[in-house]
Amino acid sequence: MPNRTRLTFCLTLVYLAMIGCGKRTTLVEIGNRTQELLLNNMGEPATLDPHIGIGDIEHNIILSLFEGLVRADPQTLSPKPGVAERWEISPDGKVYTFHLRKTARWSNGDPLTAQDFVESYHRILMPSLGAQYSYMLYPITNAEAFNSGKITNFDQVGCKALDERTLQITLHSAAPYLLSMMYHDSWDPVPVSVIRKHGAIDDPTNPWTKPENFVGNGPFVLKEWRMNSHILVEKSPTYWDAKKVRLNKIFFDATEDSDTAERMFRSGQIHSVPKALPSKVAFYRKYKPNLIVTYPLLGTYFYKFNVKRPPMNDKRVREAMAMAIDRQAICDTVMRAGEEPAYCLTPPNCGGYTCATSLKEDVARARRLLAEAGYPDGKNFPTVELLFNTLQSHKAVAEALQQMWKKNLNVNISLHNEEWKVYLDSLRRLDYFMGRSSWVGDYVDPSTFMDLFLTDSGNNETGWSNPEYDRLVHIASNTGDQAVRYAAYQKAEAILLDEMPIIPLFYYTWPRLIRSSVKGWYPNLLDEYDFTSIYLVPGTN
Amino acid sequence: MFRYITRRFLETIPVLWIIATVTFFMMRLAPGGPFDAEKQISPEVRARMEAHYGLDKPLFEQYLTQMKHLLHGDLGPSFKYPGRTVNEIIADAFPVSLELGFEALAVALVFGLAAGMVASLKQNSAWDHVPMSLAMAGLCVPTFVMGPLLISAFALHLDWFNAAGWYFPRDRVLPALTLGAYYAAYIARLARGGLLEILNQDFIRTARAKGASMRRILFKHALRGGILPVISFLGPAVAGLLTGSFVVETIFGVPGLGRYFVTAAFNRDYFMVMGSVLFYAGFVVALNLAVDVLLVWMNPKLRFE
Amino acid sequence: MIDTSSMAKTERGASFWQDAWHRLWKNKLAIFGLAVVTILAVLSFASPLICRYIIGFSYDQQNLALGPVAPNHTHWLGTDPLGRDLLARLLYGGRVSLMVGLCATVVSLTIGVIYGAIAGFIGGKLDMFMMRAVDILYALPFTIFVILLMVFFGQNIILLFVAIGAVQWLTMARIVRGQVMAVKRQEFVEAAHALGLRRTRIIFRHIVPNLLGPIIVYATLTVPEVILLESFLSFLGLGVQPPHSSWGVLIKEGAEVMEEYPWLLMYPGVMMALTLFSLNFLGDGLRDALDVRGSKD
Repeated sequence: MPNRTRLTFCLTLVYLAMIGCGKRTTLVEIGNRTQELLLNNMGEPATLDPHIGIGDIEHNIILSLFEGLVRADPQTLSPKPGVAERWEISPDGKVYTFHLRKTARWSNGDPLTAQDFVESYHRILMPSLGAQYSYMLYPITNAEAFNSGKITNFDQVGCKALDERTLQITLHSAAPYLLSMMYHDSWDPVPVSVIRKHGAIDDPTNPWTKPENFVGNGPFVLKEWRMNSHILVEKSPTYWDAKKVRLNKIFFDATEDSDTAERMFRSGQIHSVPKALPSKVAFYRKYKPNLIVTYPLLGTYFYKFNVKRPPMNDKRVREAMAMAIDRQAICDTVMRAGEEPAYCLTPPNCGGYTCATSLKEDVARARRLLAEAGYPDGKNFPTVELLFNTLQSHKAVAEALQQMWKKNLNVNISLHNEEWKVYLDSLRRLDYFMGRSSWVGDYVDPSTFMDLFLTDSGNNETGWSNPEYDRLVHIASNTGDQAVRYAAYQKAEAILLDEMPIIPLFYYTWPRLIRSSVKGWYPNLLDEYDFTSIYLVPGTN
Repeated sequence: MFRYITRRFLETIPVLWIIATVTFFMMRLAPGGPFDAEKQISPEVRARMEAHYGLDKPLFEQYLTQMKHLLHGDLGPSFKYPGRTVNEIIADAFPVSLELGFEALAVALVFGLAAGMVASLKQNSAWDHVPMSLAMAGLCVPTFVMGPLLISAFALHLDWFNAAGWYFPRDRVLPALTLGAYYAAYIARLARGGLLEILNQDFIRTARAKGASMRRILFKHALRGGILPVISFLGPAVAGLLTGSFVVETIFGVPGLGRYFVTAAFNRDYFMVMGSVLFYAGFVVALNLAVDVLLVWMNPKLRFE
Repeated sequence: MIDTSSMAKTERGASFWQDAWHRLWKNKLAIFGLAVVTILAVLSFASPLICRYIIGFSYDQQNLALGPVAPNHTHWLGTDPLGRDLLARLLYGGRVSLMVGLCATVVSLTIGVIYGAIAGFIGGKLDMFMMRAVDILYALPFTIFVILLMVFFGQNIILLFVAIGAVQWLTMARIVRGQVMAVKRQEFVEAAHALGLRRTRIIFRHIVPNLLGPIIVYATLTVPEVILLESFLSFLGLGVQPPHSSWGVLIKEGAEVMEEYPWLLMYPGVMMALTLFSLNFLGDGLRDALDVRGSKD
């Protein structure tokens, strides 16, 4: 009977395997006990240098490792004391005096002084560093001049260390949103002496951010960095508010693929996935609503027109196309994360500013406009290509809109997707008819959106130029009076919506998957974490 | 033998040089560059970055500089990850792909050879059709379907494994199975074909007539000849296995080389692409050489060709 | 001169092709494969008519309000997230996939056969050069190469055929060259040469018929590989572009929503697997049937 024995043996193995491998303790449960937050970070960071990092991937980690003068309140996004314990603003709004706290230190024990900040701003403004976000510091007097090489003496730039713990910043014109601009990594201090030890101060490839060299001033320090795998940071004992920090470690997982990240979430490996795919959103909302949170994000999804290329050069054609679609349907059935239709460039309640729009969906009017432009009922309308970068969600939106234009206006739009870099290149060289685009605000103020369509903005990419628009936006940049600013922006945005170089489609909503054991996290417009407030509750899931 | 190896080795140098040249010009002439980003950088910053990496020089001069660096084994910096060199990235990621590749190879050889042997011994019976059909499944189901299916079954529903990651020994199982499945299928078919060819020959019939058991025949006579097609196939296949599979690495979150290959091309990370291509090409060439040497050693007849 | 006509009448001989067909017919799996492929080909190429008259939906007809629904009376295989009928998309996608498979195979066939035949027939130094070139191309990582091609030349479907075909011809060239060299050495070719027949006549009358066997086999086996390759490119976003759709695209979209809407993966997956199975079995069968050495009686 050797066959039967073998059979029994195999079956027993299978049975044992099934019960033996039973319920494993998940990584999330372990993390809850040890206060280790496991976060999916959507990709491998290009760098951890606050002056060089450009995306969310880098920003999330830099948030844990560095701290600027002020920090953002995670619920209201209003400025709270960071390294600066208090500050004064002069009556004309041009001089800010920051008082740094005595207990502020670098992770190697050195005290953090005002001079450190001056040298940090010097570094990011060095033309030779080539920092992409150096323009965030342009409100400072002469910062732009220094950064473009017009002046070479940094003493002329408006930031001074009055003494070891007092930093004074002078602006060329009042900027009411300056403090919220300071949440951005470009305003973070960097340990200049440490950087110099490992190479030139303005060399972007300086290896000072490697774990063995790293020095920062944030609530955590860099412990491990495995490329394309993970970054581990540990609670910093030298952080001035270390008592408040309850997390011991944060594990940033570098998985880029959203499907893989969602599976890891489901399998108990990850506490939170920042962005779930649209198809999963509907699923979670229906079956696991306590694991998903959707909240508005400061961003707009829109299509750009190349206004120099016929038939897009005719304003009426552009308006017709912007009016002949159903944005709500796109939000409800294609995107499905609770996005809101957009009839403006700026998202609503952007620092208290909400644009008063004139754009309305009106198919009848659209058809009339198209006829006026010389294409009655879509006759003779040339083939127009809609350009987008290769991504499932962009394709779905494009396909839906393509059908809407066909049905409502009887025009044929052909879809053309290009690989990412090619798409960027096409936009930059204005080699397109209509192109998908989007913009997420760098800080909470309408200027971050309005600046896009200035004539000389590198991100304009539409060929549209309107001197009155430029004039109004410049007025807003050069005054500190919020009422004047917002009035100017309203007029400017009205011009934009009248000439329609873009079709606003919807405002972003962020669908985040997050376990209920994560406490102290709050959704906000910039999706900014506050790692000093987040903590984990063991025993929940 | 030694002369043969040396001659083949020397022949690889012009091969690698041509590959490097073709890759260089294709990459540079493709639209889009490493510094194109959604939030466009100002022309001054762009000019500065290009100057830093020498991209502002005339194309032919850049080509010569790159060739010179390559001769010294310096694969250059990465654009996407400033501060990292291509050598560093490959040295970090390759051992992972190597480990995954070996495990997948083991899966492929064990399952493939077993299936092929069984099928060839019991030709045209159920023992032949069933394994061969399963093998066909390995060939006809793309990895980006098989992977998620395996994860869904074994990780999410049965909870035997993590869904992704490369941290614990257990994490190796599903990726190795997914990656190895295709090769197991191929090997099964090749082994079956090769073995059948030998087993149907007269000298085998003689051995059977003389009373030798099938097992003895298989291992003593047939296997040696039947393995030959498998070995020929293995050469380039192993190169692919060991340098990582983009799909498997993406789905299972494995920090290997395969992902860099593809993303480097998409990122226009010029030096990374060159480094990856040459690394892979070098591997293929070396493996082809190893396979040829192995074949010649196993089959003396070939020496005279 | 010997009178061959009277001798031929006594025994009913079979030509090589008739023998091969007989052997193929006996191989049940291969015949099954042939049947499936034929049915699929007919269905796919008739898909516009089928979509219009039998199913009632076209492959790009959206129904946003409906969204993704499981198979039911109206939509026999269900719908995708944009409300498009899956059966219509499946048939249309099949058409595209089979076309890609066929065209890319023809491209690789043409290049490979011409290349291999020249190398094999002329031999000598030229052959060595040409085969070294093949070695070089083999060593290029296919993925990067195709990405570069697609990026460089743009993403249209013709380019896809060419790109995939350009990568597949290598093995065909090797096989053809090997076969040409083997045949070249055989005695009947030498005899024909000795009889003074012109080279072209030798090539077309004697060598080419001997090539057909391996070429047919390999071509049949290339089509499934090409279809798989196209699906991999779709995974990367480089395959067939909208408005076209292929099985690769459908499978990729289905894999993404595997848990929520399983029918979107199941039906395209089964369809593609079935086709690939059939082609592979057919190819195997053809190989067994046409391989003269393999027959043992």
